[in-house]
Amino acid sequence: MTRVEQRLAAANVAVALVALFGGVVTGLFQALEYAGVEIYPSLAPAIRSHYHSVSIHGVLNALVFTTFFICGFVPFILSRSLQAPLASARLGWVTFWVMVAGLVLAGIPLVGNAATVMFTFYPPLKAHWAFYIGLTLVVVGTWLVTLNLVLTWRAWRARNPDRRTPLAAFMSLVTFAMWTIASLGLAAEMLVLLIPWSLGLVGGTDALLARTLFWFTGHPIVYFWLLPAYISWYTLVPRQAGGKLFSDPMARTSFILFLILSTPIGIHHQYTDPGIHQGWKLLHALLTFAVFFPSLLTFFNVTASLETAGRARGARGWISWFGKLPWTDPSVAAQVLAMVLFAFGGVGGLINASFNVNMVVHNTAYIVGHLHLTVGTAVALTFMGITYWLVPHLAGRALWSRGVALVQVWLWFGGMLLFSPTLHELGLRGMPRRTDIGHVSYMQPQWKSLLPLVGIGGAILFASAVLYFLNMALTATVSRRAPQPALEFAEAVSGPDHAPAFVDRWRPWLALAFILVAIAYGPTLIRLATTTPLTSPGLRVW
Amino acid sequence: MATDRPSTVYLWELAWILPSIALPVGMLAALAVTAFGAGINVAGDRGRIDPTKVAEHALFKEPGVAEIAPGQYEVRMTGQIWAFVPNEVRVPAGSTVHFWATSKDLVHGLFVPRHNVNVMLLPGQISHAQARFDTPGEYPIICHEYCGIAHHTMAGKIIVEARR
Repeated sequence: MTRVEQRLAAANVAVALVALFGGVVTGLFQALEYAGVEIYPSLAPAIRSHYHSVSIHGVLNALVFTTFFICGFVPFILSRSLQAPLASARLGWVTFWVMVAGLVLAGIPLVGNAATVMFTFYPPLKAHWAFYIGLTLVVVGTWLVTLNLVLTWRAWRARNPDRRTPLAAFMSLVTFAMWTIASLGLAAEMLVLLIPWSLGLVGGTDALLARTLFWFTGHPIVYFWLLPAYISWYTLVPRQAGGKLFSDPMARTSFILFLILSTPIGIHHQYTDPGIHQGWKLLHALLTFAVFFPSLLTFFNVTASLETAGRARGARGWISWFGKLPWTDPSVAAQVLAMVLFAFGGVGGLINASFNVNMVVHNTAYIVGHLHLTVGTAVALTFMGITYWLVPHLAGRALWSRGVALVQVWLWFGGMLLFSPTLHELGLRGMPRRTDIGHVSYMQPQWKSLLPLVGIGGAILFASAVLYFLNMALTATVSRRAPQPALEFAEAVSGPDHAPAFVDRWRPWLALAFILVAIAYGPTLIRLATTTPLTSPGLRVW
Repeated sequence: MATDRPSTVYLWELAWILPSIALPVGMLAALAVTAFGAGINVAGDRGRIDPTKVAEHALFKEPGVAEIAPGQYEVRMTGQIWAFVPNEVRVPAGSTVHFWATSKDLVHGLFVPRHNVNVMLLPGQISHAQARFDTPGEYPIICHEYCGIAHHTMAGKIIVEARR
C-alpha cells in the first residue's frame, strides 16, 4: 500500500464534501421557501430564483458529491482489498484533474444562472455549452477510473492466478462495469444532441430522444450511487459492528444481478411520456421488478450480518440483537439508520415503478420524498458514516468529536422522518415537484397545512449537516494526531468457497447485460434515432 | 440463526429467496390486471407533430372543448410558456373528458391530481389522457414539469357543474 491511494481518496472526498456543502445550503433555501419564508429576495444576486437554487442543489448533491466520493472511495477499497497499489498513480491524478476541470467548466454557468435547467437538463431548455461539456468531462473521468480499476485487478490476477477475487474488490469492479455500460446513454445525449446544439452547430434538438437517452443512464445512476454504499454495508459494517458477513455467495450473486439488470429499466421514468408504446413500458416495469430481487437479497444478507454482530455481543432472541449493535460508534449508527430508512425508500420505489400506479405520483412531491430517502439518506448518510472512519484514517488524526457525530447522525434520521413522509403525503395530495410552491397561482388548502413541516424538517437536516461539516473540518485540521488502525474487511459465515466459480466470470455476465439492454432499448432507440427530425430550437427562459 | 455451519446458511437463503421471487411476480400480475382488465393505462405512442407548426395540425388548429358524444367531451389543448390553451374546461358532472395535447416549445406537464391525468407534453409528440369527472367542483390543471422562470404560474382549471 502506497500513500498515493490515500492522497487520491482524500482529494476526491474533499471535493465531494465541498459540493455537499453547497447542496445542503441551497436545500435549506428551498425548504424555507416551501414553508412560506420569502428567502430569495435576500439572496440576490447570488441566488436568482427558486429554480436557480434547485438546479445548484440537484447538480451538486446528486451529480458532484456522489461521483467524486465514489471515485475516491471505490479505488481506495479495491486497492486495500487486493492489497495492491493502483495500476497507475499518474492515471489516477489525470483522472482527478479531468473531473475537476469538468466540474469548474460546468460550475461557472451553473452558479452564474446560465444553466438553470435542473440536474435532468431536459431540452429544449438550453443551457450554456460549458455546462454540457463540463458534465461530459466528469463522465469521461469515471471511465478512466474504470480503466485504472481493471488494470489494477488484471495485474493482481496475473500474480494470483488461483485466488478468488476478494468480495470488496469484486463489488468495486461490478460497480464501475455497470456504470460504464449505463453511462453510454448520457454520453450519447451529450455528444450527439446537446453539445453540438448548444454550440450552434445544429439548429435543433428533440425532447423525447434526449429524455430516452438521459433515462438510459438516469436510472442506473442511482445504482452507481447505491452500490458503493452496499460495498460498505456488506464488507465493512459487519466487522465494524463486531460480526461477520452472513453469505459471500449471496452477496456476489446480488451484485451480478445489479450488473445485468440496472440499465434495461430506465423507461420506468418515462411511463407518462408520449411517443413510447405501452408494451415497452410494461417490459421495463417487469425488469424493474426483477431488479427488486437483488435488493431483497441485500436486505436479507445485510440484516443477517448485523444479527451475527448483535449475537456476538451477547444478544438472545429474535429482536434484541438490533439494540445490542454498537450504537455509540457513529460510523455504524449512521449506516444502520441509513439502512432502516432505505427499506421504506425501496417500498416507495416499487410504487413508483408500478406502471399505471405511477400516474398518481409522477412528478409530484412524492418523488422528492422518495429521492431523499434513497440518495438523500441511504447514500448520503452511509457516505457520512464512511467518512467517520475514512477521514480520520486519511488524516492520521482521531475523529474530533464522537458525541457531535452521534448527535449529527440522529438529527439526520429524525429530520428525514419529518421531511420525507411530509413530501410523500404532499405528492399524494397533488403537489408538483421542482416548483416554486411559495408563489404558485393554484395553492390548494390541503397543501398549506403540511408545508411548514417541510421547512422544519429541512432546517433539522441543515443543522445536522452543519455539525457534520464542523466535525469533518476539525478532524482534518486540528484534531489530535493518532495513527488509525489498518482497514479490515469482514469475514463471512459462508465464505467465497461456497460461491460457484462461474459467478466470478466476467464475459458471460457482461454479454448478458448488453443483450438485455439491446432488447429493452434497441428497437425504441433505433426508431427514435432514425425517424426523429431535430426541430426544437431551444429556449433560455429563466 | 447464529451458526457457523454453511448448510444452515443455505437453508436460510432459500427461505428468503423463494418469497422474494413470489412477491414481485404477484405484484406484477396485479398490475397487469388493473392495466388491461380495468383499463387504467399509461400514455402510449400517438404519433409525431412538428413542434414549429402546431397551429397547422388538424388537432390543434382550434384548441377548445367540444362534446363529441353524450357525456363525452374532447379537449384539444396546447401548452406553451406559461399557459394552457384553453385554460378553463367546463363539463357537466359524470362526463368523461378526453385530452389531446402537445407542447409548442419546452417540456410541460398535464396533471389533474386524483384523476389519472398525468402525462408529459413534449414538443414533437401528441399526448392523450382521459378521465371521468363525477363530483361537481373545481379541479386544477397543473404543469408539473419545470419550464422556466414562471413555471409555477402555468395552470388551468376544470369546472365540473352539477346536472340540473
